[in-house]
Amino acid sequence: MEELDLARWQFGITTVYHFIFVPLTLGLSVLVAIMQTFWYRTGDTAYKKLTKYFGKLFIIVFTLGVVTGIVQEFQFGMNWSEYSRFVGDIFGIPLAIEALMAFFLESTFLGLWIFGWNRLKKGVHLLCIWLVAIASNLSAIWILMANSWMQVPVGYHIVGGRAELTDFVAILLNERLLVQMPHTIIAGFVTGGLFVLGISAWMMMRGNQKEIFQKSARIALVFTAVASLLTATTGHSQAQDTVQSQPMKMAAMEGLWETEEPASFSLFAIIDQENRTSMREVRLPYMLSVLAHNNLTEEVRGMNDLQSEMEETYGKGNYIPPVAVVYWGFRIMVGLGMLFIFLAITGLVLWWKDKLQTATWFHKTAIIFIFLPYIANTAGWIVTEMGRQPWVVYGLLLTADGVSPAVTGTSIWISLSAFTLVYGFLAAVAVFLVIRFAKPGIPKEAKKKKDGIDGGESKDSDAFVY
Amino acid sequence: MDFQLIWFILIAVLFIGYFFLEGFDFGVGILMPFISRDEVDRRVCINTIGPFWDANEVWLITAGGAMFAAFPHWYATLFSGFYLPLLLILLALIVRAVGFEFRSKVDKPYWKKTADHFIFWGSFIPAFIWGVALTNIVMGLPIGEDMNFYGGLFGLLTPYAILGGLASTAMFTLHGAVFLTLRTEGPLMERAEKVAKMIWIPSGVLLLVFALLGYRYTVLFDEFGLIPGTLPLLAIISFIAGYFLLRANRTGWSFAATGGTIIFGTIVAFEGLFPKLMPSTLNIDWSLTVYNASSSELTLTIMSVVALIFLPIVLAYQAYSYYVFRERVTRDSIPTS
Repeated sequence: MEELDLARWQFGITTVYHFIFVPLTLGLSVLVAIMQTFWYRTGDTAYKKLTKYFGKLFIIVFTLGVVTGIVQEFQFGMNWSEYSRFVGDIFGIPLAIEALMAFFLESTFLGLWIFGWNRLKKGVHLLCIWLVAIASNLSAIWILMANSWMQVPVGYHIVGGRAELTDFVAILLNERLLVQMPHTIIAGFVTGGLFVLGISAWMMMRGNQKEIFQKSARIALVFTAVASLLTATTGHSQAQDTVQSQPMKMAAMEGLWETEEPASFSLFAIIDQENRTSMREVRLPYMLSVLAHNNLTEEVRGMNDLQSEMEETYGKGNYIPPVAVVYWGFRIMVGLGMLFIFLAITGLVLWWKDKLQTATWFHKTAIIFIFLPYIANTAGWIVTEMGRQPWVVYGLLLTADGVSPAVTGTSIWISLSAFTLVYGFLAAVAVFLVIRFAKPGIPKEAKKKKDGIDGGESKDSDAFVY
Repeated sequence: MDFQLIWFILIAVLFIGYFFLEGFDFGVGILMPFISRDEVDRRVCINTIGPFWDANEVWLITAGGAMFAAFPHWYATLFSGFYLPLLLILLALIVRAVGFEFRSKVDKPYWKKTADHFIFWGSFIPAFIWGVALTNIVMGLPIGEDMNFYGGLFGLLTPYAILGGLASTAMFTLHGAVFLTLRTEGPLMERAEKVAKMIWIPSGVLLLVFALLGYRYTVLFDEFGLIPGTLPLLAIISFIAGYFLLRANRTGWSFAATGGTIIFGTIVAFEGLFPKLMPSTLNIDWSLTVYNASSSELTLTIMSVVALIFLPIVLAYQAYSYYVFRERVTRDSIPTS
């Protein structure tokens, strides 16, 4: 039992930590590419400066994503060998394709982008950052395909105690993937958008190159507004899919113990998992039926009924996930998501009124919002992964049966401590560096070189060399 | 068609690519503190591999993913069995990457010194452990009937396995020394070349002893017999040729030669194992083989199509990247900070 818990803690910690950097990378890569495209199309050096400024921050974040990602590729085998044996025939495919199709692409072209400022033609150099952005997002698609299969297994049959592939197309078009992938990737765009917005706001507040940072703030505002709205709509689709494919998760997300018809939506509850009940509930009548089924009357099944059903299907056991975590995780995610939409719309209104440079209260708010997407992303990830418990592959393999028998508790203690220490250290370094590179803003151009087009070129041209 | 064989070869190719490419940047990381005279030298060293090291590392990630997809049991047994050594490799690769990327971000001696330690140990530790791990595999491992590894950490640290670790470290260091000779200029290049010439013969002796003891300790020669055939011979010839090519100032060819030794050496290990992936010392029938550890034919077919399309594309753009950054890294190219 100890091994299982330790292995789960380790997987949880390393994955959540990895998932701090990944969503930011997804959004920021695209934003940097957009800025560089503006420079390429308009020749306005403000966009070049923005590209370099946010590019440096992007590299710092990207590095953390890469190094924590290496661990991900191997820890299925390290801690979850029986899981790996069970799913490898299917789960391994997207993982291998991800490396072959996306990781090579992003690492090679990031190298070309970082070091190629003076070596590549402008257009080719621009293509490099777009390839990095595309590759990052491609990798997200493949890994989410793998994850979707754990949530909703399709296209398989069980042979000799393991899942074997019968239909690759079913895995490519897994309906869970089609709702989970856009939701997750676009949440990454929100994360990147709020990062650029917040830092631009910080700089405008400090009075550093207000004109330039207003440009990046505008890009980020449009980007975030669109993305935060789409996150909400795709999230809604994902929830509706969950009602069908993982009703137990849905019931836990809603803290719904008893089946209701019509179902009410819970606003607040104190979950008592042991006695399978909730206290001090505040519920909105009909609303869960609306959210789950788009009508006022339809039934939503509760955990108690689902538990009995699952016991009939899979035998005795406890099939209810940790409800409080899932319930509150869901509420935190949705609540923050709403705030993101609200902030983006507020920013657009300020832009409309031409107050984007001067509204200090908005700048301060935007700075705080830099940090919020990570809470929302983590909460969402915890909902989807904890809500799947006790299954590692929903309905097919219990988490407890996936753990490595050959790895001792001592070994996991060592690795868990080592990862925690190293990751903690890295987090401190990353935050320190991001602040250090963000804070000075963009230096004012020296007026001496008035004749030189693109003044200051030679001095900062090598800025990305190690 | 025998898809298991195809995937065995493809994974061998991925590991060969990994050892060849990451081999020289391990070597650069190991040598950097010793052949640099000042801060600019150190930065030149790092920048010789600056655009490449990350993409080189992806060869390992891809090999891992490919093992998972094509031979799930191999993936599961190997990485759960070599848990702590793999942990060390992962931690080393983490700090190494951080060292490369963050070193130039703060212009303070303590910061750079820390980064230098990260880069050195982050290069040395994996270079060593890969040798130990590979040696253990070709020696055979206590693998049970359930395909799991039943040996402790210290069972892996036999003298012969440690010799294997030293051999791989020496080989990668040499490979890196020739790479530095190829990619730098002036006094730094001369020092790199001097180091290469200096360690070439001792490394050769070490590798030869390691190879000869292989008759005694590994399962490889069960396949090969006493006269090992062409491939090991090619590894040896390549190693010797590299030395004379370097002396003749054919640095590029010399680099190809050290790479050749790595390539042929790795092929020998894989060929000698085939059809086994991880031989069991408890009962030879409990060994993992390409047949009992593989995925279904459908999975292997799909993966083959994917690899057939994407591997050439990857090779093409990686070659392009090396072409773009083909010039030597000069001291002048390092900006004064």
